[in-house]
Amino acid sequence: MSNQPNATNHSPELNDALNHSVGIVTPQVQHFDQPLALVSGKTLKQYDLVYETYGELNASRSNAVLICHALSGDHHAAGFHSDNESKPGWWDSCIGPGKPIDTNHFFVVCLNNLGGCNGSTGPNKINPDTGELYGPDFPIITVKDWVESQVRLADVLNIPVWAAVVGGSLGGMQALAWSLYYPERLKHAVVIASTPKLTAQNIAFNEISRKAITSDPDFHQGHYYRFNTLPSKGLMLARMIGHITYLSDASMGEKFGRERKTEAFNFGYDVEFEVESYLNYQGERFSKMFDANTYLLMTRVLDYFDPASDFGGSLEKAFEHAKCGYFVVSFSTDWRFSPERSEQLVEAMVKAGRPVTYAEVDAPYGHDAFLIPTERYMAIFSAYMQRIIREIEA
Amino acid sequence: MRADLKLIEPWIKANSQVLDLGCGDGTLLAHLQNSKQVRGYGLEIDEKQITRCIEKGVSVIEHDLDAKGLKRFADQQFDTVIMTQALQAVRRPDVMLEEMLRLGKQGIVTFPNFGYWRCRYYLLWKGKMPMSKSLPHRWYNTPNIHLCTFKDFEELCAQKQIKILNRTVVDAQFAQSRFAKMWPNLFAEFAVYRIAR
Repeated sequence: MSNQPNATNHSPELNDALNHSVGIVTPQVQHFDQPLALVSGKTLKQYDLVYETYGELNASRSNAVLICHALSGDHHAAGFHSDNESKPGWWDSCIGPGKPIDTNHFFVVCLNNLGGCNGSTGPNKINPDTGELYGPDFPIITVKDWVESQVRLADVLNIPVWAAVVGGSLGGMQALAWSLYYPERLKHAVVIASTPKLTAQNIAFNEISRKAITSDPDFHQGHYYRFNTLPSKGLMLARMIGHITYLSDASMGEKFGRERKTEAFNFGYDVEFEVESYLNYQGERFSKMFDANTYLLMTRVLDYFDPASDFGGSLEKAFEHAKCGYFVVSFSTDWRFSPERSEQLVEAMVKAGRPVTYAEVDAPYGHDAFLIPTERYMAIFSAYMQRIIREIEA
Repeated sequence: MRADLKLIEPWIKANSQVLDLGCGDGTLLAHLQNSKQVRGYGLEIDEKQITRCIEKGVSVIEHDLDAKGLKRFADQQFDTVIMTQALQAVRRPDVMLEEMLRLGKQGIVTFPNFGYWRCRYYLLWKGKMPMSKSLPHRWYNTPNIHLCTFKDFEELCAQKQIKILNRTVVDAQFAQSRFAKMWPNLFAEFAVYRIAR
């Protein structure tokens, strides 16, 4: 399935990177005809899920790891789609030969979630009922719905039990949900930089992002495709706000400080500081590759997540239903989902008697730290995954 | 296996729930998981030790005991709460003892005896804060901020109405000698106490 690209013509650094890469990967599409009843009461009659796999499934089908993506992620978690692709998948730092999620031992599956905009059924796909793009009519999805769809993908791939379900941020919420709703179908849940539910502040930031998009004159109540336009200004603004919440004051200070593009002040409102330039660039780039309706949907998935509410409002009671071991990681400068949020999870897991390992990694990169391969993070992540490998091979 | 850990083992019931405060590299919990099938958690603050715990398959939780206390754990949640060679290093050993017995049905505590004759000799003849193999730090950089003698500890237990169920006193090699047994506060270097309410 995955082939090492021809490495002979590359620099030593690139060769080394390629040796630890899953290489060239090809996404696959799975169509589902069986209707999916959603938490909202609506039904998706049929849908596609796009996914990638890395590594080989062993004979006993016990080495499969599901990777769940966060807000702007997709199925392309590792490797390259072609020799020309300049950047690898979004979690290439952690997935590959010799990396924490070691593809020499694990069979790794990553899919684009329902409602996404990179191939799986979502707002930018045709609604079979109308023959038009779904747009704003795409039903609101919840984390639980995602898990239902992922269970069906696991069934198609003939994976009875995941060795681990792994995710950061919104991905960690999916790992948690798997452990609560399908406790028999995973051995370990790896929950990184996540939270049991959003705080008022988290929801407030999401609301600003949504307002930025919906108040763009090109939004047209979500039907912008019909008008052959895109609410890119609104989506850009939403991303700029979001991006600030992923970083920390310290990491922004270190990266940009008060650096300016020109020596002297221009006494105007055009971009002058490097941080402005960076945010504008990131926002603009994102607005060209992401769908605004999907962005709206993802923020709602986050807002609604509160699995304790399905278990009498008690996280502890929720975890009494679980059967897996947990690995929980937080980052010291993450103020979006702070270490205290992870500690709430750990506290409830301990009270419910679940095995749990927890570490707070000191890293300056804010919420984004879960994507950045810092030394201690990689050491503990590898140690935990190695332990799972030993259990599989025992 | 560390000798002091061997002294603890007989007091742990099979299949019980254990909390190890300051679990180090997880040696004790890993051993108890194998020999007694305990369900255990270790609290630790040192990064390198935490990695070693994970490698051993121990459920380790990064936790600063002094900063965060034990509030997040529920009453009588554990059969045994263990603290080896760390009581003298916490900010409030008296509060820690009470918390241990709030969380656990029994507590097991080990610590170095400051009344050990070598400590007394050191202070008497050199006139300086005692240093030894088991107390290797200088007075200004030692993590052991609340050293005590067996007598001090037992007084505190009496004052707090904490029952001492067992006490094993040992010399520097964790062996049980006759002298140590006869005059523990003078001749024993360490003790392992089993306590309960």
